[in-house]
Amino acid sequence: MSAGGITAEPPVVAAPPPDYSEPGRLGKYLTGAIFLAPAIFLLSVWMAYPVVYTIIRSFFSPQGFLGHWVGISNYKTLFTTSTLTTAIKNNAIWVAVVPAFVTAVGLIFAVLTERVRWAVAFKTAIFLPMAISAFATGVTWRIMYQQDPGLGAVNALGKAVKGVFSPAGVLSSASPSTANVIPSHGGLILKTPLHPGGIALIGLTAIPPDQVPKGAKQAVTPPAKPGEITGTVWRDFKPGGGIAGKVETGELGLPGVAVELDQNGKTVQKATTAADGSFTFTGVKSGTYQAGVGASTFAKPWGGFAWLGPSLIVPALMIAYIWIWAGFAMVVIAAGLSAMPRDVLEAARTDGASEWQTFRRVTVPLLAPVLSVVFITMIINVLKVFDIVYALAPASVQQNANVIALAMYYTAFQGGGNFGVGSAIAVFLFLLVIPVLLLNIRRFKREV
Amino acid sequence: MKRKWLAAVPLVAVLAVTAGCGSKSAAPKASGVAGAQKTLTNKAVSGTITFDGIWTATSGQKNFADVIKGFNKLYPNVHVNYKPVGDNLPTVLATAVAGGRPPDMADIAQPGTVKQFATEGKLKPITYASGVVSKNFAPAWRSLGTFNGKLYALVFKAANKSVVWYDVPDFKNAGVTPPKTFSQLLADAKTIKSSGVPAYSIGGADGWTLTDLFENIYLRTFGAAKYNALSQHKIKWTDPSVATALKTMAKIVGDTSNIYGGTTGALQYGFNDSVANAFGSPSKAAMVFEADFVGGAITSSTKSKPKTGFNTFTWPSITPGPDAGAVEIAGDLFVTFRDNPAIEAFVKYLATPQAAEIWAHEGGFGTGNHNVPASIYPDPITKATEAPILSAKSVVFDMSDSQPPAFGATTGQGEWGLFPQFLKNPSDVSGIQKKLESAAAAAYKK
Repeated sequence: MSAGGITAEPPVVAAPPPDYSEPGRLGKYLTGAIFLAPAIFLLSVWMAYPVVYTIIRSFFSPQGFLGHWVGISNYKTLFTTSTLTTAIKNNAIWVAVVPAFVTAVGLIFAVLTERVRWAVAFKTAIFLPMAISAFATGVTWRIMYQQDPGLGAVNALGKAVKGVFSPAGVLSSASPSTANVIPSHGGLILKTPLHPGGIALIGLTAIPPDQVPKGAKQAVTPPAKPGEITGTVWRDFKPGGGIAGKVETGELGLPGVAVELDQNGKTVQKATTAADGSFTFTGVKSGTYQAGVGASTFAKPWGGFAWLGPSLIVPALMIAYIWIWAGFAMVVIAAGLSAMPRDVLEAARTDGASEWQTFRRVTVPLLAPVLSVVFITMIINVLKVFDIVYALAPASVQQNANVIALAMYYTAFQGGGNFGVGSAIAVFLFLLVIPVLLLNIRRFKREV
Repeated sequence: MKRKWLAAVPLVAVLAVTAGCGSKSAAPKASGVAGAQKTLTNKAVSGTITFDGIWTATSGQKNFADVIKGFNKLYPNVHVNYKPVGDNLPTVLATAVAGGRPPDMADIAQPGTVKQFATEGKLKPITYASGVVSKNFAPAWRSLGTFNGKLYALVFKAANKSVVWYDVPDFKNAGVTPPKTFSQLLADAKTIKSSGVPAYSIGGADGWTLTDLFENIYLRTFGAAKYNALSQHKIKWTDPSVATALKTMAKIVGDTSNIYGGTTGALQYGFNDSVANAFGSPSKAAMVFEADFVGGAITSSTKSKPKTGFNTFTWPSITPGPDAGAVEIAGDLFVTFRDNPAIEAFVKYLATPQAAEIWAHEGGFGTGNHNVPASIYPDPITKATEAPILSAKSVVFDMSDSQPPAFGATTGQGEWGLFPQFLKNPSDVSGIQKKLESAAAAAYKK
């Protein structure tokens, strides 16, 4: 445009096209800058400023906007405080275990779902955990991991299997009422030696009223009879406690209990208690005997694993995490699988390779780029893991389950606001993630 | 309603003078002209107060809104903008204060945090309200709000932590009655165990349930003065008194077979689990050691009914003496970050019995305001838990809340990390004392 100048072409002056026709270099940059401005503004406010501030903050004292300069002391704290070193150690375990497992499980699912009917249904089911927030997953798994098999699904499964082989006894919660009844081979035995004509009183307590066998009647002390050993097994408790070792009014006999008479460690006779808890061994020859209740009566139901206890919490968390991410790995790998040239597979099969050989020597190498994408993405995810640990691990074991991101949260925001060490942890985590990120970016560039 | 209204008249007259509301013609807010007209409403004071609080829609926001409504009847032109921040309040507040933009007022449950803010000069003293506060609160309560010699906080809401909750059918089956002394408690626990149900349900996964247990034992063994000394770290955690209290505590937490789930179970169950285990159907344990809010947890998570299903008794005494009935409370300390006539009017209003009665009547509320009649509480159980707060000669604040949060109030760290360790191994008293002391020393050094 030549505004104001003399021109030989009047029509052009009448309708000059705007800058588009011959954009200046400056204009070009300006346009670019205008389009970039919102993104740059947001990035600098939400990314650049916090990153720079965090790095600076990590060299200053705990409280306030900046506090005072402390040099690298925060970083020293990071590597000398036991709770923080536990977090670093746990993160190392996570990185060593989880990405490999997620990739492997994803690969298995991807290969298997390729060949089954209803593949879409299977894939959806496996991918579904991705749609649930990690926090909700944590809460759900925490319930499933409850130790009490009556509450936790995982241990309920264990109990169902275990119950088949060793069922619980009728009086699993009972314990002796006096020191005269002692444990023996899983059962209980009366310490006092017995002779024919003796009476064996086996008092038991800690039996909830609703677990007293049906049909129980008031307990009685049977009369002594020559040539016989008699006795009672009863719930040695009445409201208020009563006197231990004495059969009193209001105390019930325990029917259906298997009682044994032992001589020199061998069982010579067996009996079952009646409704009032009494039992009789007849035709007992003279000698010294002991009476007791067999182990099967007291067999405890399986108590379950302490998944949420300090020793199992890390694997428990990993299982839940793998459950979430296996679906992601499967979908990515399945996409890679479907893009794989079929003729290579067919060639391998034609050449007589077994399915396993085809998988091992052809499929996996061809999938290697996809597998490494999944693997590297998982390393980054696992380094930053936070929410599942926060939601799943009970407070009492959070220190055992601690990871770097969680340690940062507790140090900076929960532990009296130590923003100095908190920032140092954040910077450390940032430094751990960077090399993996660079690796990923380089890979992307190569592929483009 | 009428009674409350009449009681409000003299108060409003006082407020009208002190807040400096003039006659109708006096336009400036704080002119100081004492033309006290005996009007019920005070339109001259206006403004907006931002208030960050812990109560959310499910936990008392509505009750506090009613308290604000009561305030607006007197001061229709002051708008209180309540923000329900929830459990992350300490974090949100610490960040807001560090960033220089705190709310006008906030509700802080940790005296340690209030002290820190007061020392840093972030808070405004509320000395203007000391007249109303003295009229309604005993010295023990005023001292809970006094930091560095000045009144900074008003304990608006208090929870009685010196109570024990029990399953009524379990006690009936065992034939025991609520114990008055600690030795009787241990004897009852033994009887309860013989009856077929463990005596204790312990939510040890939450470290704070264990610190509360320890604190009640320490308070009842050594009294309020020593308790406060320990809570300010004037006594070290390696002190013999701590060893004595821990050994007493071990009589409960070390009685493994008398705890539902044993030690491993107690370490995995949180507070809510411990309540559900004890008061669910069937009841799996007889007693829960926790504060007045257990009542709410029982009614919301089980079908147990008050009196017939669950009930409460005061923490049994350990050492006879004046502090045998001392009460440990947790509470909401109201603090101000700014100062203006609207805020002053609101703080003064909150210190009156009228403000407390609104919420007390609705339930789930305890107060140290001795002009609030016990008859205001809606049910006998609330009355039983909240009345001792008023009658107690000595009142102490939850120790773990009074300490630096890094030691007293951080999941898995300090007390909340070490007391579960003690639950795991109650025989190692001196070992846990050393760990507590080094953690406390580190937290107090900051």
